[in-house]
Amino acid sequence: MTVVLDPTSELRPETRERVARPESLNGLTVGLLDISKPRGDIFLDRVEEKLTGLGANVKRFKKPTFTKPAPVDLRHEIAVSCDAVIEALAD
Amino acid sequence: MPDTNVAPLPDGLVAVVKKDCPTCVLVAPVLAAIAESVGVTVITQDDPDFPQSADWVRHDADLALSWHNQIETVPTLLRVNNGSEADRIVGWSQKAWEEFTGLSGLGTDLPEFRPGCGSLSVDPNLSDELAVRFSGSTLKSRRIELASLEDDIEAMFERGFSDGMPVVPPTEARVLRMLEGTSRSPSDTVAVVPPDLVECTVEKVAINAVMAGCKPEYLPVVLSAIEAACTDEFNMHGLLATTMPVGPILIVNGPIRHEINMNSGLNLLGQGNRANNTIGRALQLVIRNVGGGKPGGVDRATQGSPSKIGLCFAEDEEGSAFDTFAESRGYDRDASVVTLFPGEGPRLMFDQKSRSPESLTKHFAEMLRVNVSPRMVMQMETVIVMSPEHMARYRDAGWDRARFLAELEALLMVDGDDIIAGADGIEEGMPAFLAGHQLPKFPPGGIHVVHGGSHAGLFSTAIAGWVSGTTGSVTITKEITR
Repeated sequence: MTVVLDPTSELRPETRERVARPESLNGLTVGLLDISKPRGDIFLDRVEEKLTGLGANVKRFKKPTFTKPAPVDLRHEIAVSCDAVIEALAD
Repeated sequence: MPDTNVAPLPDGLVAVVKKDCPTCVLVAPVLAAIAESVGVTVITQDDPDFPQSADWVRHDADLALSWHNQIETVPTLLRVNNGSEADRIVGWSQKAWEEFTGLSGLGTDLPEFRPGCGSLSVDPNLSDELAVRFSGSTLKSRRIELASLEDDIEAMFERGFSDGMPVVPPTEARVLRMLEGTSRSPSDTVAVVPPDLVECTVEKVAINAVMAGCKPEYLPVVLSAIEAACTDEFNMHGLLATTMPVGPILIVNGPIRHEINMNSGLNLLGQGNRANNTIGRALQLVIRNVGGGKPGGVDRATQGSPSKIGLCFAEDEEGSAFDTFAESRGYDRDASVVTLFPGEGPRLMFDQKSRSPESLTKHFAEMLRVNVSPRMVMQMETVIVMSPEHMARYRDAGWDRARFLAELEALLMVDGDDIIAGADGIEEGMPAFLAGHQLPKFPPGGIHVVHGGSHAGLFSTAIAGWVSGTTGSVTITKEITR
C-alpha cells in the first residue's frame, strides 16, 4: 500500500465529498457492508430482499472485524463497484 | 532529526562492522585482541555472530545505532565518553588503529592499509526505508493511504493534486530525500501562500517539489521563488486571479544554474531540461495545493497560457556581451538569484537580415510596440530573451546594456494621438488627455534583457508583462539560500 503526504493546506478533509443522493435505486448497484457484529447478516439479508425488490443490484461486503475501520482496500473495492452503500450496525 | 529513543553508545571503544565486508573479516582477529586487552563493543550489522559469539558483540538488527550515529563506512572505530562520541576512524590502518587504541602490535601480520566498505545503513536499497523509519515521524503532513488496487498516479489526479499532468506521488521517502536539498528545517515557514493565505512550511514545499518532478538540489530555487512570489510587491494573488493570460516567470542567474544543470542554451524556453521544466511547476503546484488557487476558483484567466504551468529558464551569462541580468538587478555575478517576472507566454521576434545594431534595435522596437496591444503604453514591462546571434550585433559594435536600452527606449516613444481611444476608428485606446504627448511604451526600467538560446538562429523572444507597479506586480529578484 502506498502512503503519500498531503500536499495541500489540510484545510479540507482528506476524504472526498460524497456523490449526490440518487433519485432512485432502480438499476443501481448497492453495497451492503456487514461490519461483522453478530446477527448483522440477518438484518442485511432482509435489507437485500427489499433492495432487490426496488430494482437494485446488491453486492455484499464484510469487514474483518467490527473493532477496526474497514481496510483501505475494501473501501476502495466498494467505491469502485457500487453506486450507493448501506452500512449496518447491529447489536 | 535523531530519535531520542535510540540507546546511547556504550562507553569506551566501539567498532561497527558487517560480515559482508572483506576488511571487517580481515580485522576480526584484531577486534578479538582488543576485546581481551582493553575491551571493545562490536556492533555487527548483518551476522549477529560476527566476528564471534561473545558478550561484547551486539547485533544492530534494525540498524538504528548505525543510522543514528551516521556510520557510513565499516569498519568504523569510535571512542565514546559518557555516551557521546569523542572521535572516530574508518577502514583499517595498522598505524591509525594502534594510535587510536593506544595498543601496540595490533594486526602486525595484516596489510598496513585497507579501505572499508559501505555501511548497511547507507545501502541504497535500504537508506530510504531507514530514513522513513527513523526520521519520518518528524514530518507533520497528513498521511493519505492509497488502496493497493488504486493506481498511484491516477489517485493523484482524482484527489485534485495535479495541474493536469502526472505528478510523482509524494511518499515519505521521496519527501525526506527532497528535504536533503536544503539546510532549512521542514517546519520552517516559507511564506503565506495566496489565495487562501496559508502558512506554508518547507515540508509542504518539498512535497509539491517531489510532485513536480524536482531533484533535491532544485529545492533552494523553489523555496526562494515561493518567498518572492508571496510578497505583497509581487502580488501573486492578483496575478492568479486576473483574467489575463499571465503567470510568474522564473529567470535564474549565478553559479546554481550550472550546479543543477539548467538550460540557458538551445530550446531554453522549451521542453527537455528537467530543472527548467520542474522548478516553475513546483511553484505553481504550491499555489494550487497549498494556496488553493485553481482555475475556475480564484484563478479566472479567460484563456490562460503556458506561463501558468511553470516557465523557468537560466541566463547564458558567459556568452553575453552585456552585464548579467542579475547584475542589472543589483546582484553580483557570484550570487545565485532567481527573478520573478509577471508575464505571458513567449513570442518570437524575428530578424534574419539586420547586420547593424541600429537596424536590429529599430526592428526590436517595432516588434515590442505590439506587446499586449500597440495602444497599451506605460503599464506593462517586458522581458527580451536575446539570442546569441542577435547579441553578436551588439558585441561587434561595442554596445553595452545601457547603450542598448537608451537606443531602444528612444525608439519606443509612441505618439499619443495614434493610440487614444477612437483613433483610426478603433474604440480601444488610452484616455483622450494623452493626445499630443509622446509616451514611452514601457515604464522606467521596464525592459529586462536576458541572454540565452543556441548559437544558430536569428530569433529572439519577447515576453510581455502584466500590469506593473503598485497596482499590479513588481518584478522581484531574490538571492537563493541553500
